[in-house]
Amino acid sequence: MTRYILTRVLGAVLMLVVTSIVVFGIFFIVPRLAGQTTDQLAAQYVAKDPSPEEIAAIKQKLGLDQPVVIQYGRFVKGIVVGREFQFGPDTEYCPPPCFGYSFKTQRPVWPDLVDRLSVTFSLAIGASIIWLVAGVSIGVLSALRRGTFFDRFAMIIALAGVSLPIFFTGLLSLALFKPTGVNYVPFTDSPFEWAYNLLLPWITLAFLYAALYARLTRAGMLETMSQDFIRTARAKGLPERTVTTKHALRATLTPILTLFGLDIGLLLGGAVLTESTFSLPGIGRYAIDAIGNNDLPQVLGVTMLAAFFIVVANLIVDILYAVADPRVRLS
Amino acid sequence: MTPLLEVDDLRVHFPTDDGLVKSVDGLSFSLERGQTLGIVGESGSGKSVTSLAIMGLHNRRRARITGEIRLDGENLVSASADRVRGLRGKKMAMIFQDPLSAMHPYYTIGAQIVEAYRIHNPVSKAVARKHAVEMLRRVGIPRPEDRVDDYPHQFSGGMRQRAMIAMALSCDPELLIADEPTTALDVTVQAQILDLIRDLQRDFGTGVIIITHDLGVVAELADDILVMYAGRAAEYAPADDIFNRPEHPYTWGLLGSVPRLDREPTDRLLQIKGTPPSLINVPRGCPFHPRCPYAELNGGRSESVVPELVDTGGGHRVACHLPQETKHRIWAEEIAPRLEGGSNG
Repeated sequence: MTRYILTRVLGAVLMLVVTSIVVFGIFFIVPRLAGQTTDQLAAQYVAKDPSPEEIAAIKQKLGLDQPVVIQYGRFVKGIVVGREFQFGPDTEYCPPPCFGYSFKTQRPVWPDLVDRLSVTFSLAIGASIIWLVAGVSIGVLSALRRGTFFDRFAMIIALAGVSLPIFFTGLLSLALFKPTGVNYVPFTDSPFEWAYNLLLPWITLAFLYAALYARLTRAGMLETMSQDFIRTARAKGLPERTVTTKHALRATLTPILTLFGLDIGLLLGGAVLTESTFSLPGIGRYAIDAIGNNDLPQVLGVTMLAAFFIVVANLIVDILYAVADPRVRLS
Repeated sequence: MTPLLEVDDLRVHFPTDDGLVKSVDGLSFSLERGQTLGIVGESGSGKSVTSLAIMGLHNRRRARITGEIRLDGENLVSASADRVRGLRGKKMAMIFQDPLSAMHPYYTIGAQIVEAYRIHNPVSKAVARKHAVEMLRRVGIPRPEDRVDDYPHQFSGGMRQRAMIAMALSCDPELLIADEPTTALDVTVQAQILDLIRDLQRDFGTGVIIITHDLGVVAELADDILVMYAGRAAEYAPADDIFNRPEHPYTWGLLGSVPRLDREPTDRLLQIKGTPPSLINVPRGCPFHPRCPYAELNGGRSESVVPELVDTGGGHRVACHLPQETKHRIWAEEIAPRLEGGSNG
């Protein structure tokens, strides 16, 4: 088991390094492949109609004239020990972990990301609890009462849930319940206000995922209930309640938990649509703004962060899976 | 004294969109304590459906069960679901074909035996665990005190089936139903499992029903053999009679399809032509007549009249229109010589 966890952690670290190289490559090599010269890149960071001298100066300051390997090395060094950026006559220090410095906002990227992260985290936590509880219980009940009115009704609602996009359900719920919009209040300021304001985004986001989870749980539960080991459990004389919970649900939940971990990881990298619809200042919103402003360091930082969450979520899921399913531990 | 198990005119029908599936249609047999009954037949002959009906494992909403199944005189067909559940595992237990899929992959072998034991016996976990280790020892699992904490996938196929048997016998049931207990196992392991079942039966005094499509499996184990075809009994007789004086053409076919080492390798196995009938449209008359090579000897009766299961002497019951002397002649002149070892067929 320890060996299993160690190999997974090592794999995750390797994965992060590879991801960072790929992401960095996308932002620093692809523009060149697309025909943009270093000069053109550098020109973005100076005033309009720059002189060749100005361009050359900024090129040197930003290190754009260096080989891409050196640039990547500096980027990684920044994450580990921090790094200095020369900005006009001043030198800005970007403390570790330095995920770059936005010349447009004149701020390091990382503190902004951390700020935004609390919003996205709040959104993801609340929504995920709602959808996990609602989705799984509706799915189980539907499977146990297959073909009844409850089952059909729940599955129609679930179909609507997976089909309707967030910007539709979100705007609809805003218009219906909170026409004034949602104001994010940090948890530390007022837990009540925090929850009160987030309730609508939580439910909207949870509706989509709950629908998905209900359908998956129902399908998984139906499949499990037809397994041989369920017949064995009944043959032992177990009450039906024990058969469905201890035997069927236990086997159904394992793949659901896997999916749950991955979904959380994905959401932490930014619930773009939900955050945009409800004007929540989270990671997703940050990414949209960064792309809109063509702010390369910001885009790079937020991409790295999203990738980090996915990799970590995968790692946690792998480990949890080994805990939940004894067959995984040995292989 | 009442027999341990009496099945009387059992019918298990499943209404489906395509029609009524008559999986078991008027089956009767009985089993004494400590005896072994082999139920033999092809896929779809109703053997497994019968065993699940005895255990009360059919969904009562989907299966229509009529007739009587009396365990120790108590009719299980009319008993409440809860009453039957209380008997399951305690008074009657079952082992299944594929022990890997029949065990829960996420719980240890020990936990699954402990669970089976504690439903019916109010003891602490520690006591139940000791009992589980003891049961594993009795079914011949080496180092049971270590292996009790293993998961099913860590056991080999044969060991898993042993563990299944340990689980089934943990509450000392009076009736054990083994549904194709060796089909999923290696040939070398099959014999060991059958020996184990026989030894345990002797020790526990359990009544055993072995369900199989392979007559070879029940050859040494069964006291009586019930040959099923299309949900009915074709022949029901002491094992000795089935192997030495079989009277039903279907049984002949089953016997002829068992490969034997003492037969000439150039001999072709006897085969039963055709496939088992649909259980929605069972052939009129004798259900076996479309596949029976001797049906025309009955001059049309096979196509119109369902043969009754009649005792032809000494508890040998057979459902066949052929006259007694004709059956004996065909067996002695045509079938038996081909089954004898070393003949030139």
